[in-house]
Amino acid sequence: MALTEENPGYKWVGTRPIRPDGLEKVTGKAQFGADLTLPGMLYGKIVRSPHAHARIVAIDTSAAESMPGVKAVITGNDFPDLAANGAHPSAIDISHNAIARDKVLYEGHVVAAVAAVTREQAAAAANAVEVTYEVLPHVLTVDDAMAENAPLLHEGMITKGVEPTPEQPSNVASRVAHERGDLEQGFGEADVVVEQEFTTKPVHQGYIEPHAAVADANSDGRANIWCSSQGHFQMRADTASVLGVSQGTLKVTAAEIGGGFGGKTVIYLEPIAVRLSQRAGRPVKLVMDRDEVFRATGPTSGTRMKIKMGVSNDGKLTAAEVWMAFEAGAYAGGPVGAAGMTVLAPYDIPHFLVEGYDVVCNKPRVAAYRAPGAPMAAFAVESVLDDLARAIDMDPIDLRLANAAVEGTQAAYGPKFPRIGFVETLEAIKEHPNYTAELGPNQGRGVAAGFWFNAGMSSSATVHVNENGTATVVTGSPDIGGSRQSMALMAAEELGIPYESIKPVVADTETVGFTDVTGGSRVTLATGAAVVDACRIVIDDLRARAAKTWDVEVDQVEWVDGQAQHVDGSQPPLSLNDLAAKSARTGGPISANASLNARGVGAAFSTQVCDVEVDPETGVTQVVRYLTAQDAGRAISPDYVEGQMQGGVVQGIGWGLNEEYVHDQNGNMENPSFLDYRMPVASDLPMIECCIIEVPNPAHPYGVRGVGEVGIVPPMAALGNAIKDATGVRMTDLPMSPIKVLEALNEQSD
Amino acid sequence: MARTHITTVINGDEVDFLTEDSTSLLHALRDEVGLTGAKEGCGTGDCGACSVLMDDRVTCSCLVFAPEADGATILTVEGLADSGELHPLQQCFLEGAALQCGICTPGFLIAAKALLEKNPDPTETEIRYALAGNLCRCTGYDKIVRAVQEAAIQMREQ
Repeated sequence: MALTEENPGYKWVGTRPIRPDGLEKVTGKAQFGADLTLPGMLYGKIVRSPHAHARIVAIDTSAAESMPGVKAVITGNDFPDLAANGAHPSAIDISHNAIARDKVLYEGHVVAAVAAVTREQAAAAANAVEVTYEVLPHVLTVDDAMAENAPLLHEGMITKGVEPTPEQPSNVASRVAHERGDLEQGFGEADVVVEQEFTTKPVHQGYIEPHAAVADANSDGRANIWCSSQGHFQMRADTASVLGVSQGTLKVTAAEIGGGFGGKTVIYLEPIAVRLSQRAGRPVKLVMDRDEVFRATGPTSGTRMKIKMGVSNDGKLTAAEVWMAFEAGAYAGGPVGAAGMTVLAPYDIPHFLVEGYDVVCNKPRVAAYRAPGAPMAAFAVESVLDDLARAIDMDPIDLRLANAAVEGTQAAYGPKFPRIGFVETLEAIKEHPNYTAELGPNQGRGVAAGFWFNAGMSSSATVHVNENGTATVVTGSPDIGGSRQSMALMAAEELGIPYESIKPVVADTETVGFTDVTGGSRVTLATGAAVVDACRIVIDDLRARAAKTWDVEVDQVEWVDGQAQHVDGSQPPLSLNDLAAKSARTGGPISANASLNARGVGAAFSTQVCDVEVDPETGVTQVVRYLTAQDAGRAISPDYVEGQMQGGVVQGIGWGLNEEYVHDQNGNMENPSFLDYRMPVASDLPMIECCIIEVPNPAHPYGVRGVGEVGIVPPMAALGNAIKDATGVRMTDLPMSPIKVLEALNEQSD
Repeated sequence: MARTHITTVINGDEVDFLTEDSTSLLHALRDEVGLTGAKEGCGTGDCGACSVLMDDRVTCSCLVFAPEADGATILTVEGLADSGELHPLQQCFLEGAALQCGICTPGFLIAAKALLEKNPDPTETEIRYALAGNLCRCTGYDKIVRAVQEAAIQMREQ
């Protein structure tokens, strides 16, 4: 671990204690989405479209309704028509994605659902729902979807962001663009220009826990939902919208979540489960099978990108032109906007044009996946940078250092960067022994960097001081990777009591203030700031109570090491325990809330180097050494910062080398299982070495930036650059699977 | 509908339950016996989250019909700790931060226990291959492998 600034004497922040929720998770006690059982609970089953694009002519549920054990059967007709109610287009899309109305737009699109006493009865009834389809021509890729006379998913889709506004509808939902300077001038100043086209396939977040929800509706219109979710307030809002009810009628409890990576920020099962429960008058559990997870949730976009970049012989980037088309899946809203904003963000380039297209096609609606949009864009640009460095015979890190964004650089997407740690990550890699380690036969080394904004958004926290001087820290952020530990460490640091005396809790939507999703690497920053604020309110209260006890002014009281001290030492200190025990006599229970919209988000950068060995006979790429350096701002919980770094890298390795959605010509996914959708396993990998850089974010009380996402941005290009180094072949189409590498090697030798 | 009566020993206790013939051992454990520690990640034997020891063999309980467990001895993650004292693997997973979301953890603990009973001093490569049937999407396996290495050391010293 590298510290660029010394730990300023923190007692708890930056330590590695055992996580508060760990014991339940190693003993099998932790309750995940599918683990809840309620008395009288029914099992639900979803009926899904077998077609990529079809009109629903009729749905006959009569046979299913009369089958043994069946208590409810629902279709799109059981949900309100939000379009007729004048809802926002995005709300209509969410509703229609949850359950189709007149058309199905992808294989796996929900058309109906059943609830029955047993799983087997529910499955049999789902099979008995008869849906008559009129199959329509479909489009699966951006190329097909953008072709002239392509079949349209949405007949009213007029491309936004284009002047003049197109008269004809298309599958292009919007165009985004960023530009600066004069491209012609910029390319004129270049000594070398590299132009290259790249393609990537949709990949799934791949969380091991399938989506799961239990709903228990009451006859008074209220309902309780337990679900696996990255944001139960978001689930409440969207579920209420789809059902056409007030948010106040729904209480949502976040179960322990078995991975999400962005994919559990959107609703799928929740409104279906509630409606089934209402119709049946009993609780209903819905759990997806793995093939449903693949066919109907996530993934992130497949893309086509064209990159042109120029560099001078002394290593200054002079111009960049980026064209990107991203699959959005069935509804508008893919991550091309973020891709366009992040694609050049690490570098100071005087002349550029970035344009991106959000394109709908007959695949599942894309969902956020770890730094959504940035990884594919970085694959393209960081590959071109590697070729530029080779062309001018410059070390790839030196090329990046010569153009790296620093404090004050006008980011390509607009704002000026405050203090950032990109250069520090580059230098850490360059100075590490891995960077100069000897390579064996068929081995090569690749470097790549990445950027992610990180998010702030809204968070709430409540801190209760218990009668015995311990504290309960309540937040609304589902803990997906160890955030309860970070909350407890910051609270312990603030209150001056042991980490073990803090109990961090994730509360339901009725027990804590509104909190946005666990996403955007924002929880330790924003929810952490709310926890710190609430602790500081508690401390002010404790000081006031000590002042009252001593009959002095409150400014005579300091809070030091978990106790109130008189500034001149004239009173025996009062510990948190003392003050808590006497709280009834000093004003009652000690508790505070804080809610905030986090400001001062700190951007994250990561630089990575990997060594691969490419088997010339099989095209198999084996990762033999991997090192990642990432600016955490401040690592509150270094164990779990490393965990985020390592996890992001390995997802990127899967994306780079193996993972892809494979569709047949009818638009049916051919590999919807973990056997055929090949995610990395332990034997595929070496240890993932981590170098935590700490360039504190000046806007956060502990300097936190957020660490969850940026680690997945560099790996695909790092791998591609290493393959190039090992073989001389530039791979431009993800994944760089053995068959493609072998083909490229054969082409090279022909 | 007639259901089959199954008698097993689960985590050291005699347990009997009724099941449909088509029910998986995983669903029987979770729904009939009430042990939800084993998880269903795929239902096709590809992710290992449902791993249990069945007569000392690592078994994907989603691939076994519940009636096949009649007369068998089964260990689930709930039976790893001894009277509340954690198994060294559990302790090392906690201390080594070898879990993030935790959904795959029960399966890894079971697979690692089977490995260390057969091979008390495995190499890193042997650990990685022994755990290759268990998917983890959070950790990148680094801290899991290290936790198993540490547990192996502690168990050899015991």
